[in-house]
Amino acid sequence: MKLTLNVWRQKNASSPGRMERYEARNVSEHMSFLEMLDVVNEDLIAAGQDPIAFEHDCREGICGSCGFMIDGVAHGGFKNTTVCQLHMRHFHDGDELWIEPWRASAFPVVKDLVVDRSAFDRIIAAGGYISVSTGSAPDGNAIPVRKLDADLAMDAAACIGCGACVASCPNAAAALFTGAKIFHLGHLPQGVPESRERALRMVRQANLEGFGNCTNIGECEATCPKGIRLETIAKLNRDFLMASWTERPPAETASAA
Amino acid sequence: MSLNARIPSGPIESRWDKTKFELKLVNPANKRKFNILVVGSGLAGASAAATLGELGYNVKCLCFQDSPRRAHSIAAQGGINAAKNYQNDGDSVFRLFYDTVKGGDFRARESNVYRLAQVSVSIIDQCVAQGVPFAREYGGTLANRSFGGAQVSRTFYARGQTGQQLLLGAYQALERQIDAGKVAMLPRTEMLDLIVIDGKARGIVTRNLVTGKIDIHMADAVILATGGYGNVFYLSTNAKGSNATAIWRAYRRGAAFGNPCFTQIHPTCIPQAGDYQSKLTLMSESLRNDGRIWVPKKQGDTRSPDQIPEAERDYYLERMYPSFGNLSPRDIASRAAKRVCDEGRGVGPGGLGVYLDFADSISRLGEKTIAERYGNLFEIYERITGENPYQVPMRIYPAVHYTMGGLWVDYHLMSTIPGLFVLGEANFSDHGANRLGASALMQGLSDGYFVVPYTIGDYLASNKLEKVDESHPEAQAAKRGIQEQTARLLEIKGKRTAASFHRELGKVMWDQCGMARNAQGLEWASERIAELREEFWSNLNVSGEAGELNQNLELAGRVADFLELGELMCHDARIREESCGGHFREEYQTPDGEAQRDDERFSHVAVWRYQGPDKPPAREEEQLTFEYVKPVQRSYK
Amino acid sequence: MLGLSFYSTANGKKTVMAVTGALLWLFVVAHLAGNLQVYLGPGFLDEYGRKLRELPALLWAARAGLLILAGLHIAAALQLWALKRKARPVPYAKKVATTSTWASRIMYWSGPVLLAFIVYHLLDLTLGVVNPGYEEGAVHANLVRSFSRPATAVFYLAAMAMLWAHLSHGIWSLFQTLGFSHPKYSGPLRTAAAAIAVLLAGGNMSIVLSVLLGIIR
Ligand SMILES: Cc1cc2nc3c(=O)[nH]c(=O)nc-3n(C[C@H](O)[C@H](O)[C@H](O)COP(=O)(O)OP(=O)(O)OC[C@H]3O[C@@H](n4cnc5c(N)ncnc54)[C@H](O)[C@@H]3O)c2cc1C
Ligand code: HEM
Ligand code: HEM
Ligand code: SF4
Ligand code: F3S
Ligand code: FES
Repeated sequence: MKLTLNVWRQKNASSPGRMERYEARNVSEHMSFLEMLDVVNEDLIAAGQDPIAFEHDCREGICGSCGFMIDGVAHGGFKNTTVCQLHMRHFHDGDELWIEPWRASAFPVVKDLVVDRSAFDRIIAAGGYISVSTGSAPDGNAIPVRKLDADLAMDAAACIGCGACVASCPNAAAALFTGAKIFHLGHLPQGVPESRERALRMVRQANLEGFGNCTNIGECEATCPKGIRLETIAKLNRDFLMASWTERPPAETASAA
Repeated sequence: MSLNARIPSGPIESRWDKTKFELKLVNPANKRKFNILVVGSGLAGASAAATLGELGYNVKCLCFQDSPRRAHSIAAQGGINAAKNYQNDGDSVFRLFYDTVKGGDFRARESNVYRLAQVSVSIIDQCVAQGVPFAREYGGTLANRSFGGAQVSRTFYARGQTGQQLLLGAYQALERQIDAGKVAMLPRTEMLDLIVIDGKARGIVTRNLVTGKIDIHMADAVILATGGYGNVFYLSTNAKGSNATAIWRAYRRGAAFGNPCFTQIHPTCIPQAGDYQSKLTLMSESLRNDGRIWVPKKQGDTRSPDQIPEAERDYYLERMYPSFGNLSPRDIASRAAKRVCDEGRGVGPGGLGVYLDFADSISRLGEKTIAERYGNLFEIYERITGENPYQVPMRIYPAVHYTMGGLWVDYHLMSTIPGLFVLGEANFSDHGANRLGASALMQGLSDGYFVVPYTIGDYLASNKLEKVDESHPEAQAAKRGIQEQTARLLEIKGKRTAASFHRELGKVMWDQCGMARNAQGLEWASERIAELREEFWSNLNVSGEAGELNQNLELAGRVADFLELGELMCHDARIREESCGGHFREEYQTPDGEAQRDDERFSHVAVWRYQGPDKPPAREEEQLTFEYVKPVQRSYK
Repeated sequence: MLGLSFYSTANGKKTVMAVTGALLWLFVVAHLAGNLQVYLGPGFLDEYGRKLRELPALLWAARAGLLILAGLHIAAALQLWALKRKARPVPYAKKVATTSTWASRIMYWSGPVLLAFIVYHLLDLTLGVVNPGYEEGAVHANLVRSFSRPATAVFYLAAMAMLWAHLSHGIWSLFQTLGFSHPKYSGPLRTAAAAIAVLLAGGNMSIVLSVLLGIIR
């Protein structure tokens, strides 16, 4: 089949970008979307043009590298599917597609469809962990974990950090990503002791990074390739509220410690 | 320089404890004076960087992805082994050790493997404490599943995403150290050379993948944890970015390479669909717990699977290996699949596929249980092939998956260059000639959390390291070399893209150095690769410039290294005149087609040393001794 | 200051919106209950108005409270709106909404329409400035006079549509914001929020329509 692609081209973070049109010929329905772009790129190189930069690595929906908007929907909008898992059999001959990078000031464009998502790493660094240094762990079975909690934690831990939630959110909020980590760690007994500070620190960091504020629209949940649920955002709000109301001034915590 | 593996003496159970006691320690106050570079943020790299940061060292960690969380370890599905014996089914450290040595077809070092089995227990504890959401029983205890090559149930798992969850655990520990200022993280940074000063590893040269800037980083010790090189075959289950560049450049600087030809072909992958295909997708081995593998008994049987009656199906693994059946080790299962396809009994396009059928399990356990166990894998399969495996059996075929070979390291995980440590899949590893399922994750985390943090301290405490900085002539020369190479790649301005060379190299490797190898084919492949390399350097077309994000240039550099490594692999495979594990030489097989080891001549690690650009590499041998597990013909019948 | 550092985060502002929004919602409920007395005949509404005015302390306290609630709600909304604008400076060339409701996506302008409505409404029925013939205390008559003008009636109806939109998302959303969410209750809660919003907006609309159709005189 043959497709027309409108792709955002931008040389680097400081130069302006624009949409450009390309023809993708000889597209097989068995190709993945990225393989289709590979072919377009090979043609561009042969023609002496700069190939379209897009991020990818595992190509099986787990590393979270890939991701851009296809026709106004993050990852193309197929349930639980990243761009790299999307196959061309979902498209038709003659389709015209719009391909754009994630748009958020916290995700500046690096080149073409590649954006800088390091803000996510800094949100995790602010508190998205359990403070346990190597060697200090008790036996794995020392603390039983309710199966349901382990399963719920796993559901939330499935987040791949792709950024689609931010991209789809009309507010460019990082609530689903942040909520997923807070929910994951907060549902395990090991993570409970730190859950309040974790929420405070991660939420503050997300604010510093320039993400917008969640107004519970739910586009994030609909386009998240890992099915992370809005419930995680409620948990984030809950922990953040509890933490805010019970936070002690620094002097008091120091004397208690 | 002769090889000294520094294997401790004494009873195997106490060797690691004894070593740990004898290791020199770095005074806590002095740790922050040492700079350590960790290249790679996969399970091995992230766990090492986090742990070294916790200990107080000054760590710099780099990866080529945009975030350390995306290292290829994220893709591991099935699980991680540990000798916990929570199932009370007779597991023990010794049994895990035994299974791993046997599974590796007696080509691994006993002491290392024993340590791995010992440490495995602490890994699970550590990961649970970090919040890794392992599968649980209703009572709240950890659940296990079984994996190929073992008769006990010792694999811990987090749904079908064990690697992801373990990596996120290590990544979070790493981010915690980054926040604490103990680790500096450099994402989107590729190591392109190793700086060796006075025979010791003292730094690396990197390229900033966004700006193209070439930088020098100096350190007191360098850790490589850059993963495997399966992508030399172009199509593999590895991530697209996985590469050999870091270890290959270290090899060219003097680090010896162990067993380059030992490659694992995984039996259960989704078959290739077309030429444009960019990678192959693994279907976790855990599927073999409940799926039965079969092909039609008749050649060229084109009926749809549901039209083929039970009596006309050949459940060949169950038939040939009754005691392990569908859970036979990977090398054996892969070869068996190749054999039935070569007999013309393969299914699907091109006859390159076998069925993995869940019909029996679904009728026995119900669709719900199967969905709970493998739901996400079934989804992956359906997404790629458009077929529903709850109704139609999966079609699978073997694909390159893991490289047991890698930089040679001693018991301390140090390479032949002092101060250069190699962890995870990048080293020649504890898996001998074949890795058992769920053991790579175990090894990566063992190396990173529990081995290198000790042994690197000993190196730092027992060596007097001169102060050196970027201005050192060796550092400057290395930097210049990289700048020149980059310029050269861009200047060729030929006709062929790096990807096209890569694809062609991959085909040569798969055909001649893949599941079955022979002397003639390997010799031909060596020559063909040399030609291809020549063409590469005269007819390559790389678009764009050096000073920008240039994915094409990155690929070209990696392919250049694959074109050298591929030849070494063929060479190594040619000289190892025996079959063992994943290395199957057609000339050396038992009458019933099993691998025929030659312990007389080849009970050793082949250790290769670089001699210069146009000289053949030198081969040395590290003899392997087996005091605890007697080498026998590996039998899974 | 704990309170200020709380408010300085986006989530803090959001919480303020939820709490003030909830109280404003309760006001709308109470106000509707009062207004529905219009169906009982002319005397009731006037009597109700007179009783309210006989308790000036309570009345002014309530007015002050409402003013503060609305002020906080609007201030937080404006700040979050500014944040939203900053968070996505370059818009998409093409953006398609998938499953979200229209009401949820227009909160930032259904709110201001409500504000405009309230201003007009005060000028109309409390101060009488835009209601020629307005008579202090004659609540029922003022109301009937105002809604008999088709233009005013249409404006009221449109505003009530916005009230529906704002509340149908808002009532569900405030629970989520305050951290209450459970798969067992979320679905019913969403339905209930939508239903309550319909009842509230519908109740108000019925008064306007009844006047317009001559049912209430
Ligand atoms: C699909 C799949 C499934 C698997 N499933 C299992 C399983 O179930 N159980 C199991 O035990 N094993 C499994 N394995 C094997 C296992 O995942 C890997 O062997 C293991 O994760 C390797 O970890 P690592 O830390 O050594 O390297 P990796 O995770 O590959 O990390 C390499 C790191 O090095 C960095 N890097 C590489 N080159 C450079 C460079 N030049 N400069 C800078 N940085 C560089 C990368 O950015 C990355 O951070 C699986 C493998 C695959 C492919
Ligand atoms: C200038 C006027 C107003 C503006 C700009 C405004 C704006 C907003 C915005 C942006 C939200 C957040 C939506 C969300 O988080 O889901 C919101 C929530 C809400 N508003 Fe308003 N609003 C205004 C007036 C009102 C009025 C008059 C009422 C009462 C009738 C009201 C009731 C609510 C309620 C109940 C919520 C839900 C709170 C929450 O979601 O946390 N608003 N408003
Ligand atoms: C169509 C529906 C409505 C009718 C018929 C109506 C009717 C009235 C009447 C008659 C008064 C004057 C009371 C008096 O002076 O004693 C009044 C006041 C007021 N109404 Fe409404 N109202 C309606 C909708 C609303 C809505 C939706 C809101 C807010 C979101 C609102 C907010 C107010 C306020 C703030 C006052 C002033 C109260 C005071 O005197 O302090 N009204 N309304
Ligand atoms: S929450 Fe979903 S959409 Fe957001 S980063 Fe995680 S996986 Fe991607
Ligand atoms: S779409 Fe945005 S508004 Fe909240 S619920 Fe999702 S982050
Ligand atoms: S490339 Fe890894 S998720 Fe798409």
